[in-house]
Amino acid sequence: MSQEKPMRPTIDADSLRSEIRDKSVRVIDVRKEEEYKKNHIPTSANLPLAALLSDDSPERVKKLVQSLGVDDETEVVVYDDTFGALASRVAWTLQYLGHSKVSLLDVTYGKWNSLGLETDTKVPSFETKTLSVNLHPEIMATADYLEKAKEKENVILLDNRERLNFLEQHIPGAINIPYRTLGTQEKILKPKTEMKRILENRGISSNAEIITYCGSVGTLSGLAYYALKSVNLPNVKLYVQSFKEWKSLNKPIDKQEHANYWDLSAE
Amino acid sequence: MTADLKQSMPDSKLPKINWAKVEEAENFAKNVKLYRQGKIDKDTFRRFRLQHGAYGTRMTDDYAMVRIKVPAGEIYPNQLEKIAQLSETFSIGSAHISTRQNIQLHWIVLEDVSEIMRSLAEVGLTTREACGNTVRNVMCSPLAGVCNDEVFDPTPYAFATAKFLLRNPLNQNLPRKFKFNFTCCEKHGMARIVDVGLIPQSRNLEGKTQRGFKIFLGGGLGNKSFVGHQLEEFTPEEDLLYTSIAVLRIFDRMGNRKNMARNRMRYLVDEMGWDKFQNLILKERSIVRATQSVIVKLDVDSAPNEIKRPIAISDSDGKSIPDGYSRWYKTTTYKQKQDGYRSVFITLEAGDATANQLYALANIARQFSAEGFARNGFSQEIVFRWVSEDDLPRMYAKLLEVGLANPGSLTMASPVGCSGTTSCNLALTNSHRLAKEIQRKFLELKLDEDDDLHDSTIKISGCPNSCGQHEISTIGFYGGGARVGKDMYPNYQMSFGGRADGDSMLGVNCMRVPVKRVIPVILKIIEIFKKNKKSDDTFASWINRIVNGKENSEIKTVNDFKKILSPLVMPPTKEEDKDFFTDYGDDTSYHTMTGKGECAA
Repeated sequence: MSQEKPMRPTIDADSLRSEIRDKSVRVIDVRKEEEYKKNHIPTSANLPLAALLSDDSPERVKKLVQSLGVDDETEVVVYDDTFGALASRVAWTLQYLGHSKVSLLDVTYGKWNSLGLETDTKVPSFETKTLSVNLHPEIMATADYLEKAKEKENVILLDNRERLNFLEQHIPGAINIPYRTLGTQEKILKPKTEMKRILENRGISSNAEIITYCGSVGTLSGLAYYALKSVNLPNVKLYVQSFKEWKSLNKPIDKQEHANYWDLSAE
Repeated sequence: MTADLKQSMPDSKLPKINWAKVEEAENFAKNVKLYRQGKIDKDTFRRFRLQHGAYGTRMTDDYAMVRIKVPAGEIYPNQLEKIAQLSETFSIGSAHISTRQNIQLHWIVLEDVSEIMRSLAEVGLTTREACGNTVRNVMCSPLAGVCNDEVFDPTPYAFATAKFLLRNPLNQNLPRKFKFNFTCCEKHGMARIVDVGLIPQSRNLEGKTQRGFKIFLGGGLGNKSFVGHQLEEFTPEEDLLYTSIAVLRIFDRMGNRKNMARNRMRYLVDEMGWDKFQNLILKERSIVRATQSVIVKLDVDSAPNEIKRPIAISDSDGKSIPDGYSRWYKTTTYKQKQDGYRSVFITLEAGDATANQLYALANIARQFSAEGFARNGFSQEIVFRWVSEDDLPRMYAKLLEVGLANPGSLTMASPVGCSGTTSCNLALTNSHRLAKEIQRKFLELKLDEDDDLHDSTIKISGCPNSCGQHEISTIGFYGGGARVGKDMYPNYQMSFGGRADGDSMLGVNCMRVPVKRVIPVILKIIEIFKKNKKSDDTFASWINRIVNGKENSEIKTVNDFKKILSPLVMPPTKEEDKDFFTDYGDDTSYHTMTGKGECAA
């Protein structure tokens, strides 16, 4: 699938700081409002993931984002304080809407803090802008699409939940790369060489169509979307309603049988 | 939070020995690809995989268990942290401490194994020769160096032996796996139940003290178990390497390479007879001694470890001692021969630790152990030695925070359970979960505090092979299946009186106990013991008299248990009690199912 402009999946802390100084970026903090109010990266706007998910129809997201002063030319950088998954889901939604200038901050807010970088308590106000909507269905998978596509030769279905959850139940034919595999303790995504090597070991070729999914709302698999984009895989889709929807539709489910793997876990 | 930790954490001690070779990770990845492409056949690949420490997984070819060797059990904070991270990244979010001082990661996608090897190499750890027909992890007592009864610390000899043998052509294709175990003294080790077991001793020679070992050969647990024989009165340390080489060479030449069920060295010893075998070894050793180059030597590094009590961190000072401290102190700590220091045994449920717990254990090693690292023990636990008596209350408080302060690690309340049906192809029952259930019940009933039970053990295997070491346990269990009509239920063979110390003996079989009756049966046995014990008896000493025909109360032999216990083990019908026909961890009706074992591959 063609992407009209080369994408910048992540941005590092220093580059973001200089873009903030140049006032050439809209930073979006997806944490809860009370956390945002305590402290955040200077100039950033708050768009809690839950607020977005309560209705993520294109019309509503468009309004939300416009009210944060984002238009077609605004560079957007998104961050969270988990491990990038929440930010990924928001960034992906913007991309789906057709906004191509969106990146993830490559560290979490916690890391930003521990590096001693500047933070602010000031809540800025934004002038509402106009954003055009030009949906990108090629980065989204629905259950129907997935069901047909996964039978094809060159389509890989990627489950990004934890290993035990995957063993317990998964969409037939899926392979499992747990979300923890995608990042490091320092950065939300692994270095490219490592990510490439892992995919190569798994036999995932760069011309494959990859559909990622996770438990319920496409956060962990959103991070996987960006991990795959970071190593320039051209054709990645997010099954945004993920396993929760799949189950509610009573679609077939596979399970690793005849082993009590849960009892091996110390949790 | 992380910021404060960083400021206050003492410096980490780093591993002394690098066991890793990163090229092996690359080579492994290449071989997996060739195998998946059909360019390497299944058997060849399996041998290669096992040689590199990746074991098969229950009912699937897609996953492997990665066995990380921890030679002599010595594990450093950065290594624990790396394993924690790998367990989250590639495994099930927890790691498993084995009975042979390995740390295992289960349910690893075969294609990810090479990534684990690569990461382990960063901290000097290897999986090489952790499985397959090789010399497996060289073990050493977790108390070596601090034991009150030891003649000298065998740890440097264990390291030297491990270094000499790792990747040595001598042990790449033996008839079967081969196990070395160094122990501190007669009490704490397993010298008599492995292929080569060693206990330090010394003698006086022309006014000088000479170091040496008692060496036991041909022991081992399994489908058929044997207690090892002592090679000679005294093996001087100069002969340690020559003896090891001689034994490996004899086993390599004469071990059974045809019958997989009879190819451990103990069968060779048994079939040949000890006298003949002993003779062969002694002759072979003279040849080895005469023919090895003088530069072939064990690299014994006897420089003592730096002992430096970590500087106390102020945050929890001055607080009162948390509840449960004295119970924990009594049942998990060992007074070292060095004044003012104790070793602390951290019990993990059947050896499982979460990633967060492993991170915490790494920090505890830094904060509390004056030697700066940890050891893993012989019973699926983590041991911190050189903890100052004064620091124990603070250490207990820290352990409480991370859920690792369970009491009873040095008592009967910490059963061993192999991985069973949680991951093993051979398992018939969920022995792993049963061990956890027994531990929870014992702690609930505070049986860890019962002085009569402190020197007894419970060990459980999920099949007749002895990974759970049931045969050296005061009460041992191994899993199988039984039927009522056409309905199957999980059933354990129970044995009594096994031990691995100076009076080593294998457990004596008594009767079969359905899994859901195991806990009531154990509690009943304890009740019978309480009724019949003499004033200075412990449970172990009472059982010892019974299995040796020296008890004269109502239980004279293990068979006398049957009469009392048989009402407890009567199977109900499925209509009466559906739960009876299920194993722990599974709601569905029980049936046995096994795949191919790889111990003998």
